[in-house]
Amino acid sequence: MSAHEYTPKSKFGKWFNDRLPLLTLANHLTDYPTPKNLNYWWTFGGILTFCLITQIITGLVLAMHYVAHADLAFASVEHIMRDVNYGWLIRYVHANGASMFFLAVYIHIFRALYYGSYKSPREIIWIIGMLIYFLMMATAFLGYVLPWGQMSFWGATVITNLFSAIPLIGESITHWLWGGYSVDNPTLTRFFSLHYLFPFLILGLVILHIWALHVPGNNNPIGIDIKKPSNDTVPFHPYIVIKDLFALLIFLIVFAFFVFYSPNILGHSDNYIEANPLVTPAHIVPEWYLLPFYAILRSVPDKLLGVIAMFAAIFVLVILPWLDTSKVRSAVFRPIYKQFYWFLVADVLILGYMGAMPAEGIYLLVARIATAYYFIHFLIILPLLSKRERTLDVPLSITEPVLGGMPNQAMARDDAPKLKSLG
Amino acid sequence: MRFQNNLFKTLIIIFLTTNFNVFAAGENHPLLKQKWSFQSFFGKFDRASLQRGYQVYAEVCASCHSMQYLSYRNLMEKGGPEFSEEQAKAIAANFEVTDGPNSDGEMFTRPGKLSDKFVMPYANVEEAKLSNGGAYPPDMSVLLKARSGGADYIYSVLLGYEDPPEGMKLDDGVYYNKYMYGNKIKMPQQLYDDLVTYVDGTAATPEQMAKDITTFMAWTAEPKLEERHKFGFRAISYLIILTILVYFSMKKIWSRIETKI
Amino acid sequence: MSESDKKPTRRDFILTATTAAGAVGVGAAVWPLVDQMNPDASVKALASTEVDISGVQPGQAITVLWRGKPVFIKRRTSEEIERARNVDLKELKHPEKDEDRAQNPEWLVTLGICTHLGCVPLTNKGDYEGGWFCPCHGSHYDESGRIRSGPAPTNLEVPQYTFVDSNTIKIG
Repeated sequence: MSAHEYTPKSKFGKWFNDRLPLLTLANHLTDYPTPKNLNYWWTFGGILTFCLITQIITGLVLAMHYVAHADLAFASVEHIMRDVNYGWLIRYVHANGASMFFLAVYIHIFRALYYGSYKSPREIIWIIGMLIYFLMMATAFLGYVLPWGQMSFWGATVITNLFSAIPLIGESITHWLWGGYSVDNPTLTRFFSLHYLFPFLILGLVILHIWALHVPGNNNPIGIDIKKPSNDTVPFHPYIVIKDLFALLIFLIVFAFFVFYSPNILGHSDNYIEANPLVTPAHIVPEWYLLPFYAILRSVPDKLLGVIAMFAAIFVLVILPWLDTSKVRSAVFRPIYKQFYWFLVADVLILGYMGAMPAEGIYLLVARIATAYYFIHFLIILPLLSKRERTLDVPLSITEPVLGGMPNQAMARDDAPKLKSLG
Repeated sequence: MRFQNNLFKTLIIIFLTTNFNVFAAGENHPLLKQKWSFQSFFGKFDRASLQRGYQVYAEVCASCHSMQYLSYRNLMEKGGPEFSEEQAKAIAANFEVTDGPNSDGEMFTRPGKLSDKFVMPYANVEEAKLSNGGAYPPDMSVLLKARSGGADYIYSVLLGYEDPPEGMKLDDGVYYNKYMYGNKIKMPQQLYDDLVTYVDGTAATPEQMAKDITTFMAWTAEPKLEERHKFGFRAISYLIILTILVYFSMKKIWSRIETKI
Repeated sequence: MSESDKKPTRRDFILTATTAAGAVGVGAAVWPLVDQMNPDASVKALASTEVDISGVQPGQAITVLWRGKPVFIKRRTSEEIERARNVDLKELKHPEKDEDRAQNPEWLVTLGICTHLGCVPLTNKGDYEGGWFCPCHGSHYDESGRIRSGPAPTNLEVPQYTFVDSNTIKIG
């Protein structure tokens, strides 16, 4: 990426660009060479950016009407739903938008896991991504407290109480978080402030995430390094822009079905009951996108170890580039890894389901097994596979397999140039 | 590959179709499922049912249950019972609303106006509990959304009063209800034949009143439902058309490069 | 890096149609975000206020709140009405006939906001008996709420109002 190869057409453009090279940046983004074999799993980055902007705009607008006070919060949300022009729409978009945001981020992460997008030289992109994911979960947790329903209050109580597990200083930290001796108005007001702040931190990290990506360029379904630009790439605009737009529209149709026809199906009915510190709901559950972590947390009988296990589950993801060191990136050419990948997907879904169930009996047992398997996958299976797996032969370029029609067919051709392994 | 794909798809389907709010009925009694006019994509409220439902609320429920998020003007707004402005004003004027302080520093009462919120039966939660054997009759504004099972649950509970099963002991003021979560409820049965004389002459059976009050509560919980359905139809139709246009644009643009993967 | 393929008709049509359709969608999506800042239903419900004027004595004025703003309702004595009507319009900075400002000569309804910089003038004070005086910068209003001296540029604004009955005025 070399600056100043691009010359703006207009005089004003040139004058401005010499002082702040925004036009050069725009030109770089439009010409950016992208692998032409990207499939639809690659459209979720663009979808995620759209989700972030949607949440920020709808959130900003909701903040014009929402009142962050324990006595007024629930009523202010009802005021938005009933009296504010299109308030019902903006609120439902924001609430369901959070779910759609997580749906997209999970697909985006699982794409990376399948195609090895976290591997060298893309480790920093991956770590920034994990930071974004962590901030997303924090933002979602803070936001869910704001309507001050029963789940808001008790979810906040359960999660903030976890900090009391820290030895010696745990209780002080928890009181510090609460601003009092229990979740109450001071907690709500500071949660509102932080909920407003975090998305802008996420936005900054997203810019770094994309910048870090543009250094090596995108990964692709067959996981090979490609020359940019070349016959293997297309300029981002218009080819990828239009494809991302198409995928975004499909995503929006799904989003619209939730917003307009089942806006409360992903939520919990108890959150339409005003917060009551004297009455605990029968089953305290977080929103669906936090359920796998909830299951891991509850799998461990000890409070502190449960918290550590929950954070460890994210930590093993962060260090993934150093756990899975196989030189072959894409699961397309890693038949054993591919199997274990699907087991991991099943495991995460099972964890999610267990997170919604009471932590007892068969549910607890299954959650424990699934938790153990989760860590085994990352800490034992992946490093083993890195050393032991016999990977399939990887093509030399993207255009090469096209002649055979499909990557599999190309590999069946004896005369096509191949690499036995990537050095 | 095939096996993993199918396994994955099966798990997804199980995952998605399972409702996390699985505890839809107390003690394994399936709810009395009804066909509600406001359900599904083209659902609308039955205007007459809403008006009857308001009557049930006013005559049967309002003495104990508040509707704190509703204003009298909501009764005349589109998408609701759609009483005329005169009718809504008359309803409001039936109630004494506390206002003030006046220039003497005192609170005073005056007849209700359209802009007033529904008058609450009790001054506060504590008074409500005191008058109802220690149990607070919940506010009904969003109660239908606050219960798993929604309309079917409310309807079932209202009609679910029975003699308790063999051996179940009930304290004073506690009643057995087949569909209530936990099966014990502190509200006695409310709906009996001809309890209310409907203005439009409909026979006031318990089933009819339960249907009408449930419809009314569905509206109080989601007054924008009809607008939402209408907007949704337009939004999704538009998105589908735009998707098709973008699809063909995409094909057109990608046809520029000679070979494709 | 796009080739400038000079075939405008077929290819460009689908792209133009799509862009136009997209623009419509963007507009439709933006509108709720703008409209939500407009007065909401609960505010619009209070857009008009009914005031009971049965207790107001001649020469007395009350101040009520309408749309968050003070409104003077003054019951004028016959002398005050007389004086208000006999003013030569040429003397007025903002010429308005008293008949045009009061539907019923006995009752004067004006906004209680000085047209200079927005302070609330004092009732039955100032150079004009039965008028108003604004202490902020010394504007004097007469028995009809018209500016007579001082920096205010226009007369006190008369809002829309109707007599619901002889005891009730509906403002707005």
